[in-house]
Amino acid sequence: MAFQIVEGCVNCWACLPLCPSQAILAVKPHFLIDTWRCNECEGQYADPQCASICPVEGVILDALGIPSNPPGSLTGIPPERRAATRAEIGAR
Amino acid sequence: MLKLQVASRAGVGASAEGCASSGCGGSSAGLSHLPEHIRAKVHNHPCYSEEAHHHYARMHVAVAPACNIQCHYCNRKYNCANESRPGVVSELLTPAQAVKQVLAVAATIPQMAVLGIAGPGDPLANPERTLATFQALAEQAPDIKLCVSTNGLALPDLVEDLCALNIDHVTLTINCVDPDVGAHIYPWIFWKNRRIKGRKAAEILIERQQQGLEMLVARGVLVKVNSVLIPGVNDEHLKEVSRLVKAKGAFLHNVMPLIAEPEHGTFYGLMGQRGPTHEELQQLQDACAGDMAMMRHCRQCRADAVGMLGEDRGAEFSLDKIETLEIDYPQAMARRRQVHAAIEAQRAAAAQPPAKGEILISPTAIKRVRRETRPVLMAVATSGGGLINQHFGQAREFLVYEASAQEVRFIGVRKVGAYCSGPEDCGELDWVLEDTLRALSGCEVVLCSRIGFEPWGQLEAAGITPNGEHAQEPIEQAVASLYQEWVAAGRVAMPSPELARRRA
Repeated sequence: MAFQIVEGCVNCWACLPLCPSQAILAVKPHFLIDTWRCNECEGQYADPQCASICPVEGVILDALGIPSNPPGSLTGIPPERRAATRAEIGAR
Repeated sequence: MLKLQVASRAGVGASAEGCASSGCGGSSAGLSHLPEHIRAKVHNHPCYSEEAHHHYARMHVAVAPACNIQCHYCNRKYNCANESRPGVVSELLTPAQAVKQVLAVAATIPQMAVLGIAGPGDPLANPERTLATFQALAEQAPDIKLCVSTNGLALPDLVEDLCALNIDHVTLTINCVDPDVGAHIYPWIFWKNRRIKGRKAAEILIERQQQGLEMLVARGVLVKVNSVLIPGVNDEHLKEVSRLVKAKGAFLHNVMPLIAEPEHGTFYGLMGQRGPTHEELQQLQDACAGDMAMMRHCRQCRADAVGMLGEDRGAEFSLDKIETLEIDYPQAMARRRQVHAAIEAQRAAAAQPPAKGEILISPTAIKRVRRETRPVLMAVATSGGGLINQHFGQAREFLVYEASAQEVRFIGVRKVGAYCSGPEDCGELDWVLEDTLRALSGCEVVLCSRIGFEPWGQLEAAGITPNGEHAQEPIEQAVASLYQEWVAAGRVAMPSPELARRRA
């Protein structure tokens, strides 16, 4: 059982010092989680630490591949609003 | 006889310390009430003293990437080389790289007096990196003043460490003191190993900010409070913030306009929250000024900005450029001492007569003057030194002064083309006259060293009088003397065009 970091991570370092298992790897193009070390903070914290501080939606997935912070959950920006603005800017 | 006082000189008189500035002496930033030891502390700090910012430079090192809260005006994904606003940086530095960069800048730009850590995240959410950088600089470059900015969440835990390193300037961002207001600004905070959302998050953040403020003040640390003015969210509320932080001992309040464009990808940008107009910002600053010294020269710079306020020479000191650089710091320090002494001599000379802080208007003008003169906003193009010394076409920002029968006061900075408006103009930053005209709204005069024929005509057509006759003169004296000319010519005896429109 392990979390993973996927594309979209901005390498902000917030998660790295919090990980009780030292499972976060500061690599490029973006940080990764060492699946052998990660135990999802089981028995250590009520909430997985990396997923609790990560500022970017959708870049941390749980063991089932489900985003811990789905679109809109952190910023409050409705995903359709973001998509519409992106389309609008692209059309200029 | 009516005395038209230049505000910046008014509060100082013949004081021997040569501190004759809008920032430390005058009513425009209102620092004159402060005790001498505090004024001495901010005397050469460009971000704390309006007058100092004409002479001294600052730099930020981007060593602090992590953040422990989310603000609705911030997007951690954004990083554009041409973008100039808080939270944006080009490359992240390790403490060792940061120290090297600071020494390189201090040797190349001897006016650089202040090193700040401001992000791109929250400096105190990265305590090891931030403190290691300060520690090394305190040892290797003792002539550089160190300061830090924070959202305050981690502040109470780190006050002792900051004091141990002699950090005696802290900027604390406080956007609200009411959790119900805060809930509309901060979607979450990370607190005690959990993500907390909603009102509760704002409540904790506010409590920690107030606690941190009190602790710093109790230890004699200078605290500047930054607030982002968000129309409809905290505009009225900021008056209360100003009163409260002043009562707790903050010495300067900096109310900054919200920067929000859809392209920035922030909550406010995408949800259509607008920023304040120049007039709204000034009105709020004036309303708060009764309670508190207000900062009005903030440029809302990047977390890796280098140079004089409003200028960014960061690209000259990128990692690849400083890697091979050998710096003889003791030698650089000697040169810095000389340069700073020359600046101080110049500042002291500017504080001396003949102007003596008063410009006299003939008694015949008085009768009409008293009741009927109106204040006039004048924009100034300057590249530093407190002089009118920049070509109109090169100005990326204008300082705005208000001249009236009572005083000349500095009221703010208007930037031109500093923010991205999409990928299509990225890399060009084409300066458009239209943009400048918008930035100068409300101003009736632009003072600059020179100006081209074409913009001259367009400015006049827009009701703004270009003026190149005061090139190389001290700003406030030139503004005062031009106002006096206008008084004599009867140009300010009438209501302003705007006022006339409103009445019509």
